[in-house]
Amino acid sequence: MLSRVAESIYWIGRYLERVENTARLINVNSNLMLDLPKGITLGWEPMIRILGCDKDYTERHDEITERRVVNFLISDESNPGSILSTLAFARENARTVRDSLPREAWEEFNAFHQNVVDTKQTSYARQGRHDYLSLIIRGLQQHTGLLAGTMNHDTAYHFLNIGRKLERADMTSRIIDVKSENPIPDDAPELRPYEDMLWMSMLESLSAYQMYRQSMQVRINRIDVLTFLFRKAEFPRSFTYCTENISTNLSKLPNNAGPLEMLRNIEQVMQKTSMAKMDNDVLHKFVDKLQIHLGHLHGAIAETYFPSLAEEAA
Amino acid sequence: MSINWESFTNHPFYDELITPKGHARSYARKLIGYLKNLDREELDERQQAADLAIKQMGITFRVYTEEEGSIDRAWPFDIIPRMIPKKEWDQIERGLKQRVEALNLFIDDLYHDQKIIKDQVFPAVVLAASVNFREQCADVNPPLGIWAHICGSDLVRHSDGKIYVLEDNLRVPSGVSYMLENRQVTKRVFPELFETYSPLPVNTYPGALFDTLAALSPRPGDDPEIVVMTPGIYNSAYFEHAYLAQQMGCELVEGRDLIVQDDDCVYMRNVEGLSRVDVIYRRIDDLFMDPEAFDRDSVLGVPGLMRAWKAGNVALANAPGAGVADDKVVYSYVPDIIRYYLDQEPLVPNVPTWRCMDPDSLTYILEHLQELVVKPANESGGYGMLVGPASTRAERETFAKLIKADPRNYIAQPTLGISTVPTMVRGGQLEPRHVDLRPFILSGKSIKVTTGGLTRVALRKGSLVVNSSQGGGSKDTWIVDS
Repeated sequence: MLSRVAESIYWIGRYLERVENTARLINVNSNLMLDLPKGITLGWEPMIRILGCDKDYTERHDEITERRVVNFLISDESNPGSILSTLAFARENARTVRDSLPREAWEEFNAFHQNVVDTKQTSYARQGRHDYLSLIIRGLQQHTGLLAGTMNHDTAYHFLNIGRKLERADMTSRIIDVKSENPIPDDAPELRPYEDMLWMSMLESLSAYQMYRQSMQVRINRIDVLTFLFRKAEFPRSFTYCTENISTNLSKLPNNAGPLEMLRNIEQVMQKTSMAKMDNDVLHKFVDKLQIHLGHLHGAIAETYFPSLAEEAA
Repeated sequence: MSINWESFTNHPFYDELITPKGHARSYARKLIGYLKNLDREELDERQQAADLAIKQMGITFRVYTEEEGSIDRAWPFDIIPRMIPKKEWDQIERGLKQRVEALNLFIDDLYHDQKIIKDQVFPAVVLAASVNFREQCADVNPPLGIWAHICGSDLVRHSDGKIYVLEDNLRVPSGVSYMLENRQVTKRVFPELFETYSPLPVNTYPGALFDTLAALSPRPGDDPEIVVMTPGIYNSAYFEHAYLAQQMGCELVEGRDLIVQDDDCVYMRNVEGLSRVDVIYRRIDDLFMDPEAFDRDSVLGVPGLMRAWKAGNVALANAPGAGVADDKVVYSYVPDIIRYYLDQEPLVPNVPTWRCMDPDSLTYILEHLQELVVKPANESGGYGMLVGPASTRAERETFAKLIKADPRNYIAQPTLGISTVPTMVRGGQLEPRHVDLRPFILSGKSIKVTTGGLTRVALRKGSLVVNSSQGGGSKDTWIVDS
């Protein structure tokens, strides 16, 4: 398959996954705002930082308010990282390779995109926001299913999966990172119940709560939640599930030595780190490290499969 | 009842579905009967359903506007099909095959012995001033001796009821994907009509195109690698490029995906490495195709492509230089070209055409600018024309200067009373709107013509301009047994 097409499909996978997880992240934060006692707020500032768009935000806004941040993250088309911008990038990429995608999937995605654009104002107020974000998450899940069920599981599909899982690993780690912004001081035992609530919200945002209960069979606690979200190979949004899936897909591609080596580095970092000793500070640094490694993995994939076409031609 | 057909007066134009007395033409009787049972709201709903389907199917074309820049627009489609009885169509089809066969012989002759010039049927001065003649193509022998593998000829019906060829597009004609999609949309919108009518299917085109291209492969016997080459997503016909690649199961490539190596073969850059390409259906103009041979600044092309083509290592469709016959002055010679190469009378006539380069014609043209349509020899998309009856004095004066400065570059034709078809306007009303028809002709081991073609319709009242870039839309075209 053409390198250019492989690259576009890889980015479609990444963009769509980014949209879905941004929606999940905003939902978890919105829920937390409702659950936490007055006086203890998580605020919206960490959200911008976690999504890596703090610079873009401060260029446009001089204060941080819920409404501004949420609009910035969801519907501001001048923010390249907003849900609508990212979705538009995905659509534009799909358009450049529309001949490689099943027609039904393209049509469904087009209709979905149109619907998301047309109803964006429902996300402005808290009241409609949850439904709007759920519409996005469900729509993307449907799209994933449609592609899985109608597309040849060949090279194109492997690239779609690699893009998607790499982004998901990255975003899952970012969502966990919300916890390292924990506003609840470690020395305040009376606030312990709220700590559990934070973990529960996080699990729910990743559709992981029920699966956690089923598989861990313990009450919510820090070590088990972290173990589940980082290491549970059976849960499809866990970090380890993603890296294993990337490995499976990479193994079906030619010339995969470079990317596989980068992947092994990530696996080693994951294995060597103890979940028991993760206070907020350590957790934050660990997530940073994982993201840097994922960056290297992306670099190796790009270098191997999408050598800069313009450069070569020059 | 949404429309009073008796008052559907359209004089002096010919309507494709309605007779001058307001009755349905015989082959359209069931359609008109069916439409009479729908009220305006129902008709309007069908049109809206079609618009929605087009949006969801992502059927688009790209336009450039001063205000908005380059934007992707939904394809404007009118739900009322245009019908042509099969008996009439068969005759047109024969005429188109005859025409394209002669044109291919003509192009091949121009790049070889130029017998037609030596025999004084076609003047050397016309060729000398041709902007689409490519010296680089002289003495090249493309596979099967064919240069224009895909031709789109524009047909119109005049108020005399006869069909005329208005022009031939031999460079990169577009529109065939819309012809195919229009049928899909009609099936969604009017499924019940297909119970009473069986319009001849159109969907054999992608298969026929594939076969035409495959027959050109320099490596016969093998499974040929065919690609569709596009200038990219900003091209107005990008949708079509992607569509055809998808329908044929071929890769859609851009110039940067291809490379010509020292062995003069063309390769594409894959995830696995390089792989050889046999046939390129190029949807990019000659001049941008190869910076080594033509425009040095082209970033869309592939350096060395002409080299590979001349060496016979890759087939290009259409062949470079095929556009020489796309010229409107050359067009005026097509009846002579048919007689010269085939020794036959043309089956579908040309529109009567005056050449500004003939002194007598020039005098006539300048005196009658207000009645005539003046066209430049090498523009497409309806640009750079003077439509006499709709022009101002100042425009006519400007054109008179242009023509006198470069007579070889202009032709003039009578203003045609081109035919109409009932078309949806606001609020579920039907009114006559002018249409043309672009069939596509494939030339390979045999010549095949699309069933009907793309009917383009000028959606603005009274307008004769059917181009989508200028307010035109399209209709499904039905060839029906009468």
